[in-house]
Amino acid sequence: MATMHPGSLWRWAVQTARLCCGVPDYDVYVKHLREHHPDRAVPSYGEFFRERQEARYRGTGGRCC
Amino acid sequence: MNSAIPKPSPAGKLLWAAIAIVGAWCLGVVALRRGEPINAIWLVTASIAVFLIGYRFYSRLIANRVLQLDPTRATPSVLRNDGLDYVPTDRWVVFGHHFAAIAGAGPLVGPVLAAQMGYLPGTLWILVGVVFAGAVQDFMILGLSLRRDGRSLGHMLRAELGEVPGVIAMVGVLVLMMIVLAVLALVVVKALTHSPWGTFTVAATIPIALLMGVYLRYIRPGRILEVSIIGLILLLASIWYGKVVNDTPAVAALFDFDAKALAWLLIGYGFFASVLPVWLLLAPRDYLSTFLKIGTILLLALAIFLAAPTLQMPAITKFVDGTGPVFAGNLFPFLFITIACGAVSGWHSIIASGTTPKLLANEGEARLVGYGGMLMEAFVAIMALIAAASLHPGVYFAMNSPGALVGTTAEQAAQTISSWGFLVTPAELTDTARNIGEGTILGRAGGAPTLAVGMAQLLHNVMPGKDMMALWYHYAILFEALFILTTVDAGTRVGRFMIQELAGMAWAPLKQTESWLGNVVATVICVGLWGYFLYQGAVDPLGGINTLWPLFGIANQMLAAIALMLATVVTVKLKRERYVLVPAVPAAWLVICTLTAGWQKLFDEKISFTAAANKYAAAAAEGKLLAPAKTAEEMQRIITNNRVDMVLTGLFMLLVLTMLFFSLRSIVRAWKANRPTAQEEPYVALSSVTG
Repeated sequence: MATMHPGSLWRWAVQTARLCCGVPDYDVYVKHLREHHPDRAVPSYGEFFRERQEARYRGTGGRCC
Repeated sequence: MNSAIPKPSPAGKLLWAAIAIVGAWCLGVVALRRGEPINAIWLVTASIAVFLIGYRFYSRLIANRVLQLDPTRATPSVLRNDGLDYVPTDRWVVFGHHFAAIAGAGPLVGPVLAAQMGYLPGTLWILVGVVFAGAVQDFMILGLSLRRDGRSLGHMLRAELGEVPGVIAMVGVLVLMMIVLAVLALVVVKALTHSPWGTFTVAATIPIALLMGVYLRYIRPGRILEVSIIGLILLLASIWYGKVVNDTPAVAALFDFDAKALAWLLIGYGFFASVLPVWLLLAPRDYLSTFLKIGTILLLALAIFLAAPTLQMPAITKFVDGTGPVFAGNLFPFLFITIACGAVSGWHSIIASGTTPKLLANEGEARLVGYGGMLMEAFVAIMALIAAASLHPGVYFAMNSPGALVGTTAEQAAQTISSWGFLVTPAELTDTARNIGEGTILGRAGGAPTLAVGMAQLLHNVMPGKDMMALWYHYAILFEALFILTTVDAGTRVGRFMIQELAGMAWAPLKQTESWLGNVVATVICVGLWGYFLYQGAVDPLGGINTLWPLFGIANQMLAAIALMLATVVTVKLKRERYVLVPAVPAAWLVICTLTAGWQKLFDEKISFTAAANKYAAAAAEGKLLAPAKTAEEMQRIITNNRVDMVLTGLFMLLVLTMLFFSLRSIVRAWKANRPTAQEEPYVALSSVTG
């Protein structure tokens, strides 16, 4: 939740801006991997970013006129 | 759930009564004051009051009674959490993402075109349309998808209406997309024709994007914000340098193109952008355009609030009778298809059943994102309308009327437009062109240049300075061109995948999206489809927008009608017949509008494609040439183009009727059934998943 704390507001802005470009939160993904798939290797942010970049333009995902 | 609605407090009641009174007062001023021009702030205040009331009361009815959203029910993001596509996300982050995905050029262009009828008809349609149709569609489709694992519109249509209507609707989406790409590309062509400054800055975005792409991939992987700031600085530098290009005749000649040449350049560009690796060109431009889009919308809002312009356009002009130069046809039905995005846009149903339902952490938040997001887009449309209506009406009509109607010199245009009752001198037209650093403002239909002049004047009022207006104008043109071209690139890619999927049914190797052959063939088909309509627009006797925008509007509203028909069917299938009118009334309205508009585009004596084809065919048979055709071949091409548009219009009408038939059939069956028949995923308690 975006609270009045400037740090969390900045984090909210970064998270929104990245999601607008089809890149979800990296920390959330790493946390998810550690909790649910401890056997899988954790990708670096660069690898994670590349995978998401390819995925965004792969399907029929939309953008509006 | 229903029992959980809290009773409003007396203070709350008082607040909402006050908002209602202020809204009604402002709306009264907007609608009823005649003779003296009104300030845009009245319109802004009236809109905000309408949005607040619509959100507070109508969206709550939809959430609690129609969709019966349940905050205790687990959403797809919680059930299928994979950290990538399905991620429970903060609602304001989802809101920002959803708004960035639905806001595009549409809400900026349609209202500008509709301003030819005055600001009042467009304003009323945007306000009523968004509350009762547009936001209802976005919200309900989002709600339905939330209950179906975040599935797409196509999937839901197949599941709830049947396989055949599902496939028919998807073909309709493909055709709609081709028209969208063509008409948006045409807006760019119209803005850049014989404009070396504009063309240079837009061309400069290509090397800038390539640089950003390499930087993001190899130098600083994934640093989107950093690279976007670098890109923005380079873009601003290119706008500034564009003036130097414009003032140096030898260099300016290199960036001076006519409409046909620009159409070919865009077609070629669309091909390469879609076959190159995405990281190189497509993705970096997408990032830049996303941030610039949000930034510019905020800038426009700031300019309107600070400049508080007076609306110079009359509330209602004589062109409500269908004789308008910007688009032909009466207020009903053409106003309702000209302003599509901003009031109701079928395209949103694809977004609302795309990534957004996979991100919401709680069903209760769908109201803010689905209904609230669309209200924001309507506000953008209102701002675009204000920017257009605050221009001198003479300048507005000079920019948006086809040369065939008003002539091609400032003197002719000023004389014709003054004879319509909008007094303007040739000097006012040439002064405006000089102020914005362009050779002429005539024949710049398509909304983008008009909005750019409007924005430039507003910003110039707030931040005056010598030569600043020309910079603001080219900034506005650049940002619109940038995000339109991003839509064209990404749309071509999406269209290519859809074509490969269809072609793969005939010959399997074409289906492999990694294969070069399938890739190139499908891209050529896709670019060829929208390129055909783009080129047709570039050589059109009435300037293209006049012909193509109605086709776009019909197609977009047709998709909205399909989405709302799905919502109606599901409401009945859930045995909530009491509330069936919530989606059924806007669905019926859009069916009536699209069918009437389609009928008139086929059979009307004045405005139909048929009449245009016959007129040129009759002249060709006598061996005569009609402007702008200069040869017999060009005459033939205009005839063929109009016939293609006739076929397309007929196809759209057939599509609407077919979907109407299938929807009614499903409704009758579901009404007779004595239990709910909708295909929702079973209830899982949120508390059982999150612990």
